Amino acid sequence: MTITADQLFVSLKHAIVGWFPMFAQPLVSILLSVSAILLTFGLLFAIATLLERKGLGRMQNRYGPNRVGPFGLLQPVADGLKMLVKEDIIPRHADRVVHFLAPIALLASVLLAYAVLPFGRNMAPADLDAGVLFFFAVGGATELAVFMAGWASHNKYSLLGAMRGVAQLISYEVPLVISSLAVVMMVGSLSLVKIVESQSDFHWGWLGACHVFTPWGLVGFILFMTAAAAESNRSPFDIPEGESEIIAGHMVEYSGFKYALFFLGEYLGMFAASGLAITLFLGGYNAPFSFLNWVPSWAWFFGKLFALLAVFIWLRGTLPRLRSDQLMNFAWKFLLPMTLLNIAIAGLWRYAAAWSLPGGAMTRWILCAAPLVAAYVWLGRALHPHIKPRTYRFAEA
Amino acid sequence: MLGTGIIKGLVETARNFTGSYHDPARLTTVQYPEEKHPLPENARNFPFLVHDGDDPEKGLRCVACLICEKECPPQCIYIVAERDEKGKVIRHPKLFDIDISVCMSCQICLEVCPFDAIKMDTEFELSKHGRFEDLLLHKQQLAKSNDYYRQIHPTEAAEVDARLAEAKAKQTAKVTPAKPVGQASSLSQSQSPAAPPAPAVPA
Repeated sequence: MTITADQLFVSLKHAIVGWFPMFAQPLVSILLSVSAILLTFGLLFAIATLLERKGLGRMQNRYGPNRVGPFGLLQPVADGLKMLVKEDIIPRHADRVVHFLAPIALLASVLLAYAVLPFGRNMAPADLDAGVLFFFAVGGATELAVFMAGWASHNKYSLLGAMRGVAQLISYEVPLVISSLAVVMMVGSLSLVKIVESQSDFHWGWLGACHVFTPWGLVGFILFMTAAAAESNRSPFDIPEGESEIIAGHMVEYSGFKYALFFLGEYLGMFAASGLAITLFLGGYNAPFSFLNWVPSWAWFFGKLFALLAVFIWLRGTLPRLRSDQLMNFAWKFLLPMTLLNIAIAGLWRYAAAWSLPGGAMTRWILCAAPLVAAYVWLGRALHPHIKPRTYRFAEA
Repeated sequence: MLGTGIIKGLVETARNFTGSYHDPARLTTVQYPEEKHPLPENARNFPFLVHDGDDPEKGLRCVACLICEKECPPQCIYIVAERDEKGKVIRHPKLFDIDISVCMSCQICLEVCPFDAIKMDTEFELSKHGRFEDLLLHKQQLAKSNDYYRQIHPTEAAEVDARLAEAKAKQTAKVTPAKPVGQASSLSQSQSPAAPPAPAVPA
C-alpha cells in the first residue's frame, strides 16, 4: 500500500491497528480515533483562544497577550495552569452531583458530535447513515447541560443565564436544522460522507461544486452560520453568559477546572458547528479549485475551519450583544421564514435545472436568488422597531 | 437595509486589524516598561538640588538659608546647616532631606529660593519597598548636576543660567572691576562672603 500525504493518518492508523490481535482491533481503532480527536481539537482550542485574544486585541487597537513566551505564544499554557491550580468552589446550597455533572455532560455531548464529521478523505470516525440527525441530536443535549449548571448552582444569576440559554438554544436549533435540511434534500442523504462526496466534482473543470456557490447554498450557509453562532453562545448571541449583566450566566458558580471545561465545551461546540457548516456548504475536505487538488484533504478541512474561526472572531470583535427580545425576534421573525423559503428555493433550483431557460445557468441563478433577496429586504424591514422620532407636545424639543 | 450597519462595523474592525500592523494611529499602545513616551518639557513632580560642576557635595547651590524649609506647606523639608570648628554657621547644608511621601509638588520651594538651588525633577518611577525611610530622600540622592537640569528642562535652565551669569558679572564688576568674567562657578561664590545674587523672581 502506498502512503500518500492525503491518506497519511488513515495509513498510520491501519498500521497501528495491524499490530494488535484481531479481537482487539475494533477497540484499538476506536481508541485511536477518539484520542486523535481529543488531541487535535484540544490543541485547536488552545490555538483558538490565543488567536481570538490576539485578533480581538488588534481589532481594538491594542496588542493582545504578548508577555508569556515569544509573541505571547505560551499564553494558553499559562491560562491552563492558572485554571488547574485554582480552587474548585462548590456553593454550599448547590446540588453537588448535578453541579459536578453539568460540565461533563456539556463536554460529552459536544465531543459526540465529532463522531460523524469527515475530517478528510476516509477520515470520518463513524459514517452513520443518519449523520446529520445524530449531530443535531447530540448537539441538542448541550441545552440540558446548560440548564443543569444553572439549576444546580442555586444562584439567581445562574438560573437567569440558564433560562436565557435554553430559550436561545431551542429557538436557534430550529433555523439551524431547517437551513441544513436544504442540503439534505438536494443530496438525498443524511450521511455527512455522502454529502461531502456530492460536492467533490468541479464546475467547468476548475471551480469546486460546493453548495455555497448556489443561491440556496449561499443563503443557507449564512443562515446556518448565524444560527451556529447562537448555538455555540458566541457573540453577538452570548446573552446566556452576558458578563456585563448576569456576570457569566450559568457559569457564575463554577471555578477552576470545571469552568475551563465549560469554556472548552463552548469552543469545541463552535468547532463542531463550523465543521458541519464546512461539510454541508463549503465542500468539506474537497479542494475549492481543481488545481489545488494536490493539497491533502485534511489540510483543506482544517484550513476552512480556521477561516470560519477567523470569521467568528471578526464578528465577536465587531458586534455588540443583542437584547433578549431582539434575539427572539431575530430567530422567529427573520431566520425561520428565511430558512423555510430557502427550502422552497432549493426545490426550485432542483427543477429549474431541467427547464430550458433563456440565458441558461445565469437565468437559473437569478430566478432562484431574486425571491431570497426580496424576502431578505422585506423581512429585514419588518424587523426594525419602527420607532418614530419623539414628538414633544408640551415642551420645546 | 438589514445588515448594512453590520458590514460597516466589519469594515471598521478589519481596518483596525490590518492597520494595527502598519499604521501607528491604529495601534497606540506604548509598552511601558520597555518603551516610554518622551516626557513633555513642563513635566514636574518632586524637587531636587542643583549642583554646579562635578562634585555634588561642593557644588551645591544651596546655602542652607532655610527659606524653603519654612515656606514648605506640608513641611517635608528638613535642613541642618554646616558649622565650622568654632560652631559658626557655614553657608552649606549639612543635612538636606525631602520626604517625598509628604511633598505635594506645589513648587513653593522653587519660588522662594533666592539661589535657584532647588528645581523640579521629572523622575516618576519612585515606588520603593520601604514605606518611610526609602521615600525620605537625602542630600546625596537629591543633588543632581546642572547638566541634568539642562537636559530635563532646557528652556528654563537656559533662563536660569543666563540670570546667574548676569548676576555673577555684576558682582565681579563691583568687587574687582579688572577681573575678567569667568565661567559661572558657584563653588567660590557660595563660600565667598560676598552677597548672593539678587533674588531672582520669575515673572
